[in-house]
Amino acid sequence: MSRLETALRASDGVRLVPYVMAGYPDPEGSARLALAYAAAGAAAVEVGVPFSDPLADGPVVQRAGQAALEGGMTLAGALRVAEYVASAVPVVLMTYVNPVLAYGPRRFAADAARAGIAGVIVPDLPVEEADPLAGWLRQAGLDTVFLVAPTSPDSRIASIAERSSGFVYCVTVRGVTGPRAELAPGLAELLHRVRRSTRLPIAAGFGISRPEHLVQLRGHADAAVVASALLERQHRGEDPTGLFDELVTACR
Amino acid sequence: MPIASSLPSRGRYGPYGGQYVPETVMAALEELEGAWDEAWADPRFQLELTAERHAFVGRPTPLYAAQRLSRHFGGATLHLKREDLCHTGAHKLNNALGQALIARRMGKGRIIAETGAGQHGVAAATVAARFGLECTVYMGSEDMRRQAINVRRMRMLGAEVREVNAGTATLKDATSEAIRDWVTNVGGTHYVIGSAVGPHPYPRIVRDLQRVIGDEAKEQYLAVEGRLPDVVVACVGGGSNAIGMFTAFLDDEQVRLVGVEAAGRGLESGLHAASLGAGRPGVLHGAHTYLLQDADGQILPTHSVSAGLDYPGVGPEHAWLRDAERAEYVSCTDAEAVAAFKLCTRLEGIIPALEPAHALHWAGVLAHELGPEGRILVCLSGRGDKDLDSVEAFEREHGG
Repeated sequence: MSRLETALRASDGVRLVPYVMAGYPDPEGSARLALAYAAAGAAAVEVGVPFSDPLADGPVVQRAGQAALEGGMTLAGALRVAEYVASAVPVVLMTYVNPVLAYGPRRFAADAARAGIAGVIVPDLPVEEADPLAGWLRQAGLDTVFLVAPTSPDSRIASIAERSSGFVYCVTVRGVTGPRAELAPGLAELLHRVRRSTRLPIAAGFGISRPEHLVQLRGHADAAVVASALLERQHRGEDPTGLFDELVTACR
Repeated sequence: MPIASSLPSRGRYGPYGGQYVPETVMAALEELEGAWDEAWADPRFQLELTAERHAFVGRPTPLYAAQRLSRHFGGATLHLKREDLCHTGAHKLNNALGQALIARRMGKGRIIAETGAGQHGVAAATVAARFGLECTVYMGSEDMRRQAINVRRMRMLGAEVREVNAGTATLKDATSEAIRDWVTNVGGTHYVIGSAVGPHPYPRIVRDLQRVIGDEAKEQYLAVEGRLPDVVVACVGGGSNAIGMFTAFLDDEQVRLVGVEAAGRGLESGLHAASLGAGRPGVLHGAHTYLLQDADGQILPTHSVSAGLDYPGVGPEHAWLRDAERAEYVSCTDAEAVAAFKLCTRLEGIIPALEPAHALHWAGVLAHELGPEGRILVCLSGRGDKDLDSVEAFEREHGG
């Protein structure tokens, strides 16, 4: 069983996976924040790699990515941030595919493994386009986490679940990342459809921002990814660990 | 093996193309592919498309012998395919029309589009009005400034124009924002992509709808000249008018195909939009193709005096035609394009858009290369009323 699978499997409650943007506000700051999340109860940390054209992200993540790029963050730099964090908590790296292609997929897989990263999420890489990157990641002993969306028919859910390792990432909304007031209607049914296709843990993500969301996810998802709600606090110059503590409490 | 028949059937042009998009839209791409295949094979759809092309777009567009330009360039025979005479003033309507018909066929009541020069946005707003569809157009704030007339046209036609301030506030960012809208509203919305770019099946749909340009031009050329041209020239941003023009000639191996990218202030300046001339393969907006990007895979800002060519990527089929050496891709600077714009205007009484002015510059270069026996066919993809401010501003800045 992989590190991510072990870390995210919840017999009760919901495991939390907070997101940090590598290089936001700066490389040290993003690493320190990830370690603070780990100390406060994160099951794993998602480390984001900034990209100039993030198609799956709303304004909050876009702004953090833009700032990180202006600060000089690169995929190589994000691997260094992740390496620092990986000593304390399992790290899943989230990157769009083009920085990986520029870095070289094979070299990326080897360097990510060397950095102690547990798995990789590529939001613009559907299962049809997964190879050759997924092959290199597998050879290097890393998990490849694919995403399921509310628009995915059962046949696609089955092939996504089959190709995923570590966990299955279930996008809760039709839309891009960003905090929402309420969870999408029909989410429990979607999570149930995914559950029928896989024995892997299921992480829900996109729009999850409030303690009551986590209470509602209990019994349906193993884990929840929280990104924009935390980054929004950072944008306002606030310490996001206060919100994170509230979310952790709601998970129990 | 003839180039056209060796194209892979499912979304790949050699190593290029593909579907690099968020999972949320994968089901919609599959639905679109199925609906398109079915519609394209349906004689009633073809009949409706033909009737609309005739009465609404104004097809067939004329083939025009540009005799004074021809003399100026040293005597080579020069013909212009007059896409500037399409309703709304550019070839963009060929694509928007067909995509509005498929949106209606799929029962989608809303279309969205991205636009750079505004010509595709105007075309989308026009067909939305024609067929009673709701329409939202994404446009970079920089482009809204330099193409203000087209913004007013879109709004007059009833479309909502949403300003995009992210990134470089040009076509690239408008495209990203349109894709985000589609990811959010995919159920009832059809994304009318404006060029031969994006994830499969878009490059193929746009080629299917734009190939009417080359099909007509080839027939017209044979009718008046009794033979094929030596060279076919078209400008390339995303590459929709070029692929529309080239497709009919792909299997005529004696016909040179020349695509002209925007060299902006010169390739060595870094301020240009020549993705085939100066880029490397990568993934942007759902397709694997040539891109202008830095060493870390971040997409670079681009520059062209022509908003419609100001894009860091290019259609995947062009990427493959380049590698396969079936088409040549060259580039033309802002200054050369503005000079060709003025030349065509003063010698032919035709104000070309700045985009095809890039192709006209190369028609001149090729005319000198081929001599008086040469035969050149240029796609005049749109008219230049929208560009008067840009040309005047360029001349003020550069003392023209």
